[in-house]
Amino acid sequence: MSFDAPTIDYAGLSPIIALTTGLLVIVLAAVFDSIKRFGPALALLAYAVTAGCLIWQWDANIDLVSGALRLDGLAVTLSLLAVISAAVAVLLAIGDPSETQAGRSDWLALLTGSLLGMVILAQATSMLTFFIGLELLSIPLYALCGTNLRRRESLESGLKYLIVGSVGSATLLYGLAMIYGASGATGFQAIADGLQAGDGMLTDSLTLVGVGMVAVGLAFKVSIAPFHQWTPDVYQGAPTPVTAFMAVATKAAAFAIFIRFFLVALGPLADQWDVMLAALAALSIVVGNVGALAQTSLKRMLGYSGVAQAGYMLAGIVTATQAGVNALVFYLAAYVAMNVAAFGIVVIRERQSGFSDDISTLRGLGREKPSLAWPLTIAMLALAGLPPTAGFIGKLYLIEALVDSDWTWLAVMIAIGTMISLGYYLRVVATLWMSPADQTDTDAAIDTAALPPQIAGAQVDPFVDPQADRRWYLLAPVIIASAAAIFFGVIPQPLVELAKHAGDALSVWVP
Amino acid sequence: MLSSIIWAPLVFGLIGLLVPKRLTPWVAALGAVVTLGLSIGVLAGFDPDGGMQYVTDVSWIPGLGVDYSLGIDGVSIFLVLLTTIAWIPAIGFSALRGTERPALFYLMLLAGETSTLGAFLAQDLLLFVLFFDLMIVPFYFLFGIWGRDRGGEDDPEKSPGNGKVTVQSATLKMIVFTLIGSLLMLVGAIAAAVISADGGELTFSIQTIVARGLPAGSQNWIFWFFAAAFLVKMPAFPLHGWMPDSYRAAPLPALAVFSAVLSKVGAYGFLRVVLPMMPEASDLFQTTMLVLAICSIVYGSAMAFTKTDLRLVLGFSSVAQLGFITAGIFAFNGSGAEGAVLQMVNHGLVVVPAFLIVALIAERTGSEELGPMGGLAKKAPVFAVIFLIVTMATLAIPASGNFIGEFFILNGLFQVDAAWAIVASVGVALAAFYALRMYQLTMHNPLPEGSDTREISLRDALVVIPMVAIVVVLAFCPQLIIHGSEPAVDSAVAVVKEVAQ
Repeated sequence: MSFDAPTIDYAGLSPIIALTTGLLVIVLAAVFDSIKRFGPALALLAYAVTAGCLIWQWDANIDLVSGALRLDGLAVTLSLLAVISAAVAVLLAIGDPSETQAGRSDWLALLTGSLLGMVILAQATSMLTFFIGLELLSIPLYALCGTNLRRRESLESGLKYLIVGSVGSATLLYGLAMIYGASGATGFQAIADGLQAGDGMLTDSLTLVGVGMVAVGLAFKVSIAPFHQWTPDVYQGAPTPVTAFMAVATKAAAFAIFIRFFLVALGPLADQWDVMLAALAALSIVVGNVGALAQTSLKRMLGYSGVAQAGYMLAGIVTATQAGVNALVFYLAAYVAMNVAAFGIVVIRERQSGFSDDISTLRGLGREKPSLAWPLTIAMLALAGLPPTAGFIGKLYLIEALVDSDWTWLAVMIAIGTMISLGYYLRVVATLWMSPADQTDTDAAIDTAALPPQIAGAQVDPFVDPQADRRWYLLAPVIIASAAAIFFGVIPQPLVELAKHAGDALSVWVP
Repeated sequence: MLSSIIWAPLVFGLIGLLVPKRLTPWVAALGAVVTLGLSIGVLAGFDPDGGMQYVTDVSWIPGLGVDYSLGIDGVSIFLVLLTTIAWIPAIGFSALRGTERPALFYLMLLAGETSTLGAFLAQDLLLFVLFFDLMIVPFYFLFGIWGRDRGGEDDPEKSPGNGKVTVQSATLKMIVFTLIGSLLMLVGAIAAAVISADGGELTFSIQTIVARGLPAGSQNWIFWFFAAAFLVKMPAFPLHGWMPDSYRAAPLPALAVFSAVLSKVGAYGFLRVVLPMMPEASDLFQTTMLVLAICSIVYGSAMAFTKTDLRLVLGFSSVAQLGFITAGIFAFNGSGAEGAVLQMVNHGLVVVPAFLIVALIAERTGSEELGPMGGLAKKAPVFAVIFLIVTMATLAIPASGNFIGEFFILNGLFQVDAAWAIVASVGVALAAFYALRMYQLTMHNPLPEGSDTREISLRDALVVIPMVAIVVVLAFCPQLIIHGSEPAVDSAVAVVKEVAQ
């Protein structure tokens, strides 16, 4: 009896290997007091190596682990976006109460674990890796949301996310089981073949219920209405660096699998699910934008805005074309820049104002701290889709893809949603520039009444940092992100190429 | 060449950020003058019969088929000139008075000029939409940061006729209204390109789309997506809802260029994009558009007659004037469209000094309300004469440029149907009412006790008088514009004319 050792493509697996190694190093480093405080640096190093591996494998187009994973343009680009946002989260978390209270390495280890889940998810081409990646992404996130141990909202948000997230995962798993029943396969390509080979399987209710449940499960993850109810609460309660990571990286990874599963495995069924996804996208756009109008908390507002933005991006999948995928990836990349800038400013203002994320903390910032007001202004204008920002080009790209594949009504929905969204994005801009400051010295003034309720601890929060607007590790991501939002609005071609690289990976399956 | 016209203002605005605050206004003024010089240079080499000239065509986003494509023809050249002229007094007027945070103010003002010039010069449909959207951003900041709340409890000008306006609500209303139009236009523009390409190579070049043509069925809805954007921008009845509040809240120098130039981009859009690209739909909706235009004329005139806030008098008179311009364009003949172009320039040139005069009056009487004013003419004759010229131009007295413009438009309408011309001429009569009322109540009438009646200062006169002089010159030789724009305008309406017959 002979036994052939499996060939292992180490080059293809290098991003996953690098990240796993990094995770182990971070956990082990915590044991040694002398190097414990270098945790963030270690994490950034691990992400940098991972990003390096991803760029090294830029042109890869290979099946890995017997076809359970696939490293291609889509996986590389979206993993890269997730890695970048994780690095930003590490920087924004330096000195954050959540990071310290959770124990330094725990926080970073959880974040890295979640990122590993995202990288796997972006490459998954089988139901097994799909589900493993998704759970590896989600479970550390549940814990991360609750890491601000002294704030009730943080604990509440962790629990809420755990419960809702688990419902989503369970629904998804049911759906996967049904699709397995209908197709008899777990690999994405095999599912597509199985569904086409089976007699009448494409319109069988078993298949369709399965597809619906998978869509619902994924909709929970990317916060598509009506499965978005957790989003504002969790976004608001979670420590802001975690919220930023959740808002950006989770969307990148979840949309990667959304694209791959629906366009590859369920590609033959496109005529069945496109209307369903279009309805979800339209509903998301309306619910997210209308919901955001009434918010006074910045994080809640960004949560609702995330729901609406997810709706825009989902429209890219509805088209079931490469152009749609390109547009989605372009929009995601722009979305990373805009949200990093916005959440970064929220982090800085939170630390200065005693952890209040109310819009009123921004009053008069345009006059007193233009260095903070400009990035947030750019982020808001970009989210609202005004030129000359990447947000405008992103919307343009999406609308072009939609009109090109006869989904003009959905393009009009995006336009209408954008109009509604002006109401709240511009309220932030108006607060920054057009209303006088409440206090003469916002730096020194800490309104104790506005402090969130604390379960235990001293009267004055030791994490309040009036100098937060001078910390390089907080300012650098914000300034780079807002500069990128403008740069790619004026010279979008590099980002268009990146998006095309992602879309080309699906050229076998999608027109 | 055209690129340098577009970007020169922005460059000077950015330089203004770097120089000491004291110098910023003068750097900005220099920028505006340089831009005017460049546009005069273009005019010098311009051939009215040469079609599209000074063409620049560089691929900008090849992945999406968007080009950085510029060009100038007989329609746009006069609007470019109007823009570059109008910005100079606005900047000069602010420079003489000083503003808070000057670097940001002039940067925004000049960014506004850049984007407006971009909209007039863009020959790529998406580039046009982009500049069209971009225009509103600097003005949002200008109105929002340097505007002021009006009609509140502590406002001395509080009057029963005018409600309370806060800067925040006014600017929000303005930008939402404007973008409702322009987002639909974005969808319309993309749809026009995709449908006309019909599976071929996607391009947003306006000329290519016009050459390829659009099926009549698609034209009908794309027409309204574009029309919504343009009618809001003008503003035209019934989409003028944002106008009163933002006009009242805005800082006057910025409002002067806003009212003079940005409103014209809407009318220009009809000539440049809608008529050539959607001739069947334009013909189909001709009656609707003419009805809207007539409503704008009558409603605008009536409102201008009843309002007591000087800004609103001018604002609603603009609604009426833009109504005339729209009517001229939708007459689909050379006379109407040439009159429309002439009237665009005339109105722009008249409105800038008019708003600056409002600012001067407010400095003297402490109010922009017509009620407590009067009698300025006795003590300040030069000021009164300047205002008289502006008033006469507004009411289109024979021998004024506006008279000729309106005559051409009415002549064009008459060729469509005498009824249109008769109804529209009511507007001409109404203009005399509101313009003379405005002049009488500010300049004649008894002088209120203790009011300040300074003569116009030499420095202010230097800013305002050149504009008035241009108005006078244009009154005597309107053929400069009529001849220069004729070939381009005729070709714009020719397509529709053909369809209509």
